[in-house]
Amino acid sequence: MKPAAFEYHAPRTLEEAVAVLARVAPEEGRVLAGGQTLVPAMALRLARPGHLVDINGVAGLDRIDVADGVVRIGACVRHAAVDAPGPMGRLMALMKRHIAHGPIRARGTFCGSLANADAASEWCLLAVAMDARVEVRSARGARILAVDDLLLGSMMTTLEPDEMIVAARIRLLPERARVGFHEFARRAGDFAQVMAVAVLGDDGPRLAIGSLEPRPRRLPEAEAALANDPVDLAAASRTAAAALLLPEEDAYLRALAETSVRRALEAAA
Amino acid sequence: MHDVTLCLNGDVHRIRVEARRTLLDAIREDCGATGTHAGCEHGVCGACTVLLDGEPVRSCLMFAVQADGRELRTVEGLAKDGVLHKLQQSFIDHHALQCGYCTPGFLMLAAGLIEADPDLSDAALIDGLSANLCRCTGYANIVAAVRAVLGRAPS
Repeated sequence: MKPAAFEYHAPRTLEEAVAVLARVAPEEGRVLAGGQTLVPAMALRLARPGHLVDINGVAGLDRIDVADGVVRIGACVRHAAVDAPGPMGRLMALMKRHIAHGPIRARGTFCGSLANADAASEWCLLAVAMDARVEVRSARGARILAVDDLLLGSMMTTLEPDEMIVAARIRLLPERARVGFHEFARRAGDFAQVMAVAVLGDDGPRLAIGSLEPRPRRLPEAEAALANDPVDLAAASRTAAAALLLPEEDAYLRALAETSVRRALEAAA
Repeated sequence: MHDVTLCLNGDVHRIRVEARRTLLDAIREDCGATGTHAGCEHGVCGACTVLLDGEPVRSCLMFAVQADGRELRTVEGLAKDGVLHKLQQSFIDHHALQCGYCTPGFLMLAAGLIEADPDLSDAALIDGLSANLCRCTGYANIVAAVRAVLGRAPS
């Protein structure tokens, strides 16, 4: 199908972008960055925004900056371009090859994934695992949100209609940190059935899981189990799987989650 | 309506389109280049893959206004002076198509992959080609055709 008619805006500065967004927000105005979720939703008429504010022409939004141990990923940085120094960069590389396919990764954006808040988003999982923060702007001002305060549930965020994400900030990992990622999907590039991120050897173990619940989350019970000496990865994986809130008791998905967590932990160990 | 200039296979097209006009429809309907095929029209099948500034993208997932001033290549741009591009010839030689509907998308995807990395590994090639759907060939002959262009012996 063809998208419904809308009015197109192409601001050149951030100030202009948030001013236009403030004006069109009451008429279902939406931000267009990579468009790899929004445009199909429009083609299927699941989304019928009255206005699109295309931020691809806004100078500076495609930048990745590294300073003070933090990587700052601008709103128009494509999946394929996401990178960082050290173990964080290695973790990003492990994760991004699971995001759809090359032509999608050439257009879709990191911050767009956060704003879209799909339960199966690799970048939402990474952001949750690392307690990322997002810079949000509107014509009313700027605020910085912890990702836990951004993501409400599947495809739901706390962003107001006139707000846009300008950048995401993720703390870099020290060289001693070890990272692991594992994902089960029915086909290469398909949405994850379950995926897990493990970071060991940092300030404390981090273990987060995505796709099975409405939003990714860290698993404190399993992280605590990882603090035991000697570390029992299999036991921690069982603890992680047992902590999941599945819509119904689903032994298959719980087993899949346990295996995914164990493989992510083994990769990081 | 928006005035848009597309540079399609080296030719400049000045078109006037609604904002909702996808790049795919602009290429086909406004520029008359119907080699690029419309498949699912929501980014799943890859039949509409074109090269945007040298990079494979789904032309159904962009609006034509977003491609203003950009360099586009489609299947019509592959052959030169009546001689097929080596990928096109290899697809014929290896029976890498049956109905042919997905072929323009696969050719542009493969062209983008081998131009970006002429030494790409077999694993990277298969991963790259997995972006597009073909319901006839079972993919093996498509992989064989591209491998041959990379100068590799049949596996």
